[in-house]
Amino acid sequence: MSFFDVLKDFDGFDFKAFFEKVSDVDILYALNKPCLDDLDLLSLLSDKAAPHLEDMAQKSHELTLRNFGRVIYLYAPLYLGNFCDNECLYCGFKHGNAIERKKLSLPEVEKEARAIVATGIRHILILTGESRSKTPVSYLKDCVLLLKKIFSSISIEVYPLEAEEYKELIEAGVDGLTLYQETYDRDLYRHLHPCGPKSDFAYRLDAPDRACRMKMRSLSIGALLGLADFRKEAFFLGLHAVYLERRYPDVELSVSLPRFQRTVSDFLPAFSVGDADLVQIMTALRLFLPRAGINISTRESRALRSDLVGLGVTRMSAGSKTEVGGYCLDEKTQGQFEVADKSGVGEVKKMICDKGYQPVLKDWQTL
Amino acid sequence: MEDALIIAGKTIKSRFLLGTGKFSSYALMKEAIEASGAHIVTVALRRVDKESKSEDILSFIPRDRILMANTSGARNADEAIRIARLARAAGCGEWVKIEVISDNKFLLPDNAETIKATEVLAKEGFIVMPYVNPDLMDARRLKDAGAASIMPLGSPIGSNKGLRTKELLSILVEEIDLPIIVDAGLGRPSEAAEAMEMGCDAVLVNTAVAAADDPVLMARAFALAVEAGRYAWRAKPALVNKYAKASSPLTGFLR
Repeated sequence: MSFFDVLKDFDGFDFKAFFEKVSDVDILYALNKPCLDDLDLLSLLSDKAAPHLEDMAQKSHELTLRNFGRVIYLYAPLYLGNFCDNECLYCGFKHGNAIERKKLSLPEVEKEARAIVATGIRHILILTGESRSKTPVSYLKDCVLLLKKIFSSISIEVYPLEAEEYKELIEAGVDGLTLYQETYDRDLYRHLHPCGPKSDFAYRLDAPDRACRMKMRSLSIGALLGLADFRKEAFFLGLHAVYLERRYPDVELSVSLPRFQRTVSDFLPAFSVGDADLVQIMTALRLFLPRAGINISTRESRALRSDLVGLGVTRMSAGSKTEVGGYCLDEKTQGQFEVADKSGVGEVKKMICDKGYQPVLKDWQTL
Repeated sequence: MEDALIIAGKTIKSRFLLGTGKFSSYALMKEAIEASGAHIVTVALRRVDKESKSEDILSFIPRDRILMANTSGARNADEAIRIARLARAAGCGEWVKIEVISDNKFLLPDNAETIKATEVLAKEGFIVMPYVNPDLMDARRLKDAGAASIMPLGSPIGSNKGLRTKELLSILVEEIDLPIIVDAGLGRPSEAAEAMEMGCDAVLVNTAVAAADDPVLMARAFALAVEAGRYAWRAKPALVNKYAKASSPLTGFLR
């Protein structure tokens, strides 16, 4: 059974009726259980849980402290290329956008990497658009072989791969996969991804399974918040995480909570996700998944990221540039999206220290 | 030294071992190590950063302590072996805590893989301290494989639930001729004292210290509790009686 089957099981589920029926008692029950089931999570994501946000935050803080301590792990993204065959309506890199396209040469990859490592960052996340012709797996592998001499951990956020391709990259030095389903709503997914390889919902949904079967060490999944009703999206994200946790217990699992940020496209998301909504999602997921990492990127402002320390977040990007060549090259492209927290790595570290937490730059090394 | 704890021929000055994860800063971690008097300090190799002079965890470990690298992140014996070798190459010495975890939800150790790693690393000259579920047969296998101690869990890592495995621990204390060090799950100094009172040789704590509001004070509290528990064990406590001793005994007429 794949996660697709789990999703299909909810096809007839009446979310509206469920949310209407949730009571204070349901919320208090979920808040006080040691182990939450699926519908407890959905109760905590309902609007009825909003008055209990402080209690959720307190419990989330306690669980996070016990499981992760007073530390926040830092990483930075490195965009290798922005060529893309997809037409995702919301994305700055989509094929139809008349933007400058670039793919870093290996010497350029090294220059960018040196600029990043000089800031103290030791964990790198490499990204590309979806173009098997311009940025094929062989290119990714060459980049990984180069980068593993510079960084202690390499994660990939690229197009979904075949199992054997994941294996090839793992053997080259990749230890982490980040892959967002964007939305778990299949109809909306079809609308937002009208053509290109990304239009295959199931192939993308099963990609984390393929990577885990090949013994990927860590995995981060997420939904782009704002595309659909965040309560349902966070619910399916939690279910997806639990499905993966049970099936691949040796994988270090994280969930990411990216909120939509403005891009060069004029796309406007259908749903707004406020700060209180984000906190509700984060704390509900923490209660549901006490051991999972929670990732908040530079899509969020410095002030909000500071406020979120202690509420459940365990990983943050720092000093991020979303342009190809953004760290030090003279020729750089436009960014994939607008970065809200433009602080340098030193400032992010200081922010975390000021909150009484330790910024951790190295938490793995290639074996 | 009176009542010395000896592991691999070396006299260990404190029966309280401290882990170094989860602290809010390395400076605070160092203070906690110093306040506790812990002689053996564990460090995850994954956190060691020789590239960074200002932020390498090793530079915050007092030099007079025994550094014990742990293999945190290892999912099987092969990875644990590779991490131990990398640790030695990075200057972490011969002491290694084997930690093999193939289930990230409960963080329970994988005994079978731990035994395999112990066999290989002991032959390579490491002083191997395996973290395991408290199982008598596995403890015997580990001893045969060359382990220098057995480190069974009190309850799952980070759970602060205390000595939930007490019955099994007491069997190891009785049967295994190696230091038994309770590792993981202790949440309160009183639980550490209880482990020592039942005859365990030492305890290792991390989360309960690092996650306390005042980790330095808590480190000291654990060290004192461990010492008190050891004294109590040596003093051979009077037996616990289920019933009060009758002041008019039934057999009094026999005197």
